Amino acid sequence: MTDTGAVVGVVAVSLATAVVGSRGLRVSRTRDDFLVAARQVPSGLNAAAISGEYLSAASFLGVAGLAMADGVGALWYAVGYAAGYLVLLAVVAAPLRRFGAYTIPDFAEGRLDSPMLRKVATGFVLVICGFYLLPQMEGAGVTLQVAFGGPYWVGVVVLGVVVTGAIASGGMKGITFVQSFEFWLKLVAIALPALALVAVFHHPSLDAVTGKAPAVFERATTVRFAEQTGIRVTVPVRVVIHGYVDGTAHDATPPASVELTPGVHHVGAGTSISFPAGSAAPTPTSGVLTNRQWLSPLLLLGGRSIHPLAATYGIILATFLGALGLPHILVRFYTNPDGQTARRTTAIVVMLLSCFYVWPALLALLGRIEAPGLYLSKATDTVVLVLPRLAVGGVGERILSALVAGGAFAAFLSTSSGLLIATAGALSHDILAGGVKAFRLSALGAGLVVTVAGLAVRGSSINVLVGWAFAVAASSFCPLLILGIWWSRLTRRGALAGLLLGGGSASGAVISAMAGAATTGWPAILVQVPAIWTVPLAFAAMIVVSLLTPRSLPSDVMGKLRALHLPEALRQPGLSDP
Amino acid sequence: MILWVVLAAAVAGLAGVGAYALWAPRRLVTPGQRGSYEALSIANQAAPALRSGMSAEAIGRALGPLRSLLATSGVIVGDETGVIASDGVEAKNCDLLGAAVRSVMDQGRPVLLSGDDLRCDHLAGRGLNTGVAVPLQVDQKVVGALIAVDSSAPPGLLRLCGEVAKFVSTQLELAELDLSRRRAVQAELQFLRAQISPHFVYNALTAIESFVRTDPDRARELLVSFAEFTRYSFASHAQYTNLAEELRLVDIYLELERARFGSKLGVTLKVAPEVLSVRVPSLVLQPVVENAVRHGIEPKGAGSIKIEAVDSGAAALISVEDDGAGVDARRVASALAGKSASVGLHNVDERLRATFGDGHGLVIETAPGAGTKVSFSVPKFRSHAPRSGSGYAKLAAQ
Repeated sequence: MTDTGAVVGVVAVSLATAVVGSRGLRVSRTRDDFLVAARQVPSGLNAAAISGEYLSAASFLGVAGLAMADGVGALWYAVGYAAGYLVLLAVVAAPLRRFGAYTIPDFAEGRLDSPMLRKVATGFVLVICGFYLLPQMEGAGVTLQVAFGGPYWVGVVVLGVVVTGAIASGGMKGITFVQSFEFWLKLVAIALPALALVAVFHHPSLDAVTGKAPAVFERATTVRFAEQTGIRVTVPVRVVIHGYVDGTAHDATPPASVELTPGVHHVGAGTSISFPAGSAAPTPTSGVLTNRQWLSPLLLLGGRSIHPLAATYGIILATFLGALGLPHILVRFYTNPDGQTARRTTAIVVMLLSCFYVWPALLALLGRIEAPGLYLSKATDTVVLVLPRLAVGGVGERILSALVAGGAFAAFLSTSSGLLIATAGALSHDILAGGVKAFRLSALGAGLVVTVAGLAVRGSSINVLVGWAFAVAASSFCPLLILGIWWSRLTRRGALAGLLLGGGSASGAVISAMAGAATTGWPAILVQVPAIWTVPLAFAAMIVVSLLTPRSLPSDVMGKLRALHLPEALRQPGLSDP
Repeated sequence: MILWVVLAAAVAGLAGVGAYALWAPRRLVTPGQRGSYEALSIANQAAPALRSGMSAEAIGRALGPLRSLLATSGVIVGDETGVIASDGVEAKNCDLLGAAVRSVMDQGRPVLLSGDDLRCDHLAGRGLNTGVAVPLQVDQKVVGALIAVDSSAPPGLLRLCGEVAKFVSTQLELAELDLSRRRAVQAELQFLRAQISPHFVYNALTAIESFVRTDPDRARELLVSFAEFTRYSFASHAQYTNLAEELRLVDIYLELERARFGSKLGVTLKVAPEVLSVRVPSLVLQPVVENAVRHGIEPKGAGSIKIEAVDSGAAALISVEDDGAGVDARRVASALAGKSASVGLHNVDERLRATFGDGHGLVIETAPGAGTKVSFSVPKFRSHAPRSGSGYAKLAAQ
């Protein structure tokens, strides 16, 4: 079931990235382009680069997938991903650029004069990058699985090798151009198929969502059940089965069609069932929401209604505040020449992201109506990839699947390269204290670890994993940045206490959630949306410990706050250099 | 289950951090150690303020810690103009204290103050009728006086006060030292600005002159460039600028050199846009390019220069390469050591090292006939450059 369109898409994106990446330096030989080459990057280009680096597998595949599975409440993730930049814009963008910090450990050390704090911050950079890289790997695995039909590990290894190779060989030179190119690619790759689908589906009847007719397979569809599943059939249907249903083996050649009678059937793991076009789709006996639940505006954790309001607030806290603390995003802001342009760039980022997130929401809705088979195979994360195939045939299908596969691959490439560069930078600069060679070694090592770990996270929701990375960032770096920029009484010990306590408890909660602890009631909320308690905890720890330890106040706090807040033009020469 | 483990770990962590923050001093065992710890940590709180010199604002910030060091009701510091700051007591309007300060400064040695000297309403009203006044000296010169007042003056107070005054004096001397070092650095920069070489001025003007009749428009443009170049070079602008600005100056400079060399001077610029915002000390790039023109291209009469600025994680790598005459390595070494007539490179090297540390000086690769490559790296962020505490960063304070 190799899909040539998708192969072309993935290969084209990789090649285009390599070309843009290696030729991303501005070269001039004549007088006129000397000035062009020496000109600062305009805000629009930089904003597209930031958005490009930001829109990861979670945005491209995860939001639509999770919204399809867990209901429109999951769109809070999309809202938060975009709104995080609003917080960034209002609170930290300009001051941080004026301060000149290149990374968060830079800021921690520069603002609080503490090498110890720098080390702890570096540790959290690694933790956050790790949590964030895993879903990218998973996304690549899933995408290539859908596109080429191979095993899951192929995609993980391909992405790991491509990204690690590009960075370790120093091939990613013009990173600003690469990332902005990939933003536009992703936008086109998700918007165009969504528009085409809306057109092709002839304004699909909303009855499927509002609750009258059962979902229908528009075309002949084969559903592969990865695990043992119970399905409820409402209308008798003749299907072709490969595998086990209700304990009976079906592997006759040539395949004979079998009638599934109304009622509950148990399908064995690894079974595939082919449904004819126009048949009503069965529903899994567990895990699929009723339409009423699906339309609930609050977040349903894993599709179940566990204190939905608390879960929603948890995600809002994590995503609104987490964007501040993402290690690979801050680095991009450095390309702005001053605080004012940093602010303008952020405003454009908010707009670009808002333009993007319309489409996953639309695709989730279309997926619920048109791709009921994904509920059966529990592969809702692939909805963006699968929809174009269900809807259109022929050349159109090829083009659209090339587009979505290419766009998805661009999403993994850009985000994971940004994250891997941040990881390798932190490792080589702060831990190995080495130069270019150490950077390459770190990139290789980190790439290897992440690839292996990526094989292990198969089956988790991409979006939930990314949400966890945001939760750790929101509970560690967000309080450090906000209080560091806006509060003169923050002390070294206060910052250290908040960072360790907030970041540590969030990481602990996330790890226990991954290990499968606490799946019901309040404990589930506390471990699965940890931001709801770890963010206030981190802020409280920073404030209380700072007030208790006025003696560990860093020197020249006012000078540093001046460097953060005074516009460059008003500042005395050199003051910006902490 | 795991949830409880995590919660327990979080609570334990909170307790540990709290304990560390609150009880660190009390872990010291003997009273002597504890005493030293407390005295030194209070003194260290006063030090940063004192290091910025003898201003009312700085002394005011330092007086709180100094008073807890002395453990008296009030502390006052004055100079020849009278009282400049006080802590614990209201002394601004007390002329008698101003007189006491002046008399201590005149005598240059500690003086015990009695009720007569302290008959201000505020002091007398609180029963603070004894005090000790000691002079503050910087470089053997009395610059002010420190006065401690209390209801009774135990015999040891005079000696304690003397020690505190010595500590304050030392810090003020260090402040003075910082200031003179800053002046030296600034003088060096001004010197570099005045270093637009007569050689260059002569060449540029000759080149412009050659166009006056044949191509008056070009001559006019060149004159504008020349004016702009001199303005930028002489202007007392910020100590720091960004790489984009430096490249602009290089462009103007090369425009003038192109007028002279015509098509015999080729220039290639290769820049990663990410590094254009990197902050560098001003006037570091142009002298390096000028060096390439003068010692590389000029002897050969033709050649090309390649200027590169690329991103390398936490630093930007900048290099200027020419395919000109090249120089003997020993001459380069002596030029960098400041022992030859070519001051430009030496000065740039010095300032880069002073700003970013010894790892960031100029690296020169050259041999006779093989061209020259001068490169250096600039960190994107500098939290505490080795000598910035006294050098460039604090120039700002002026």
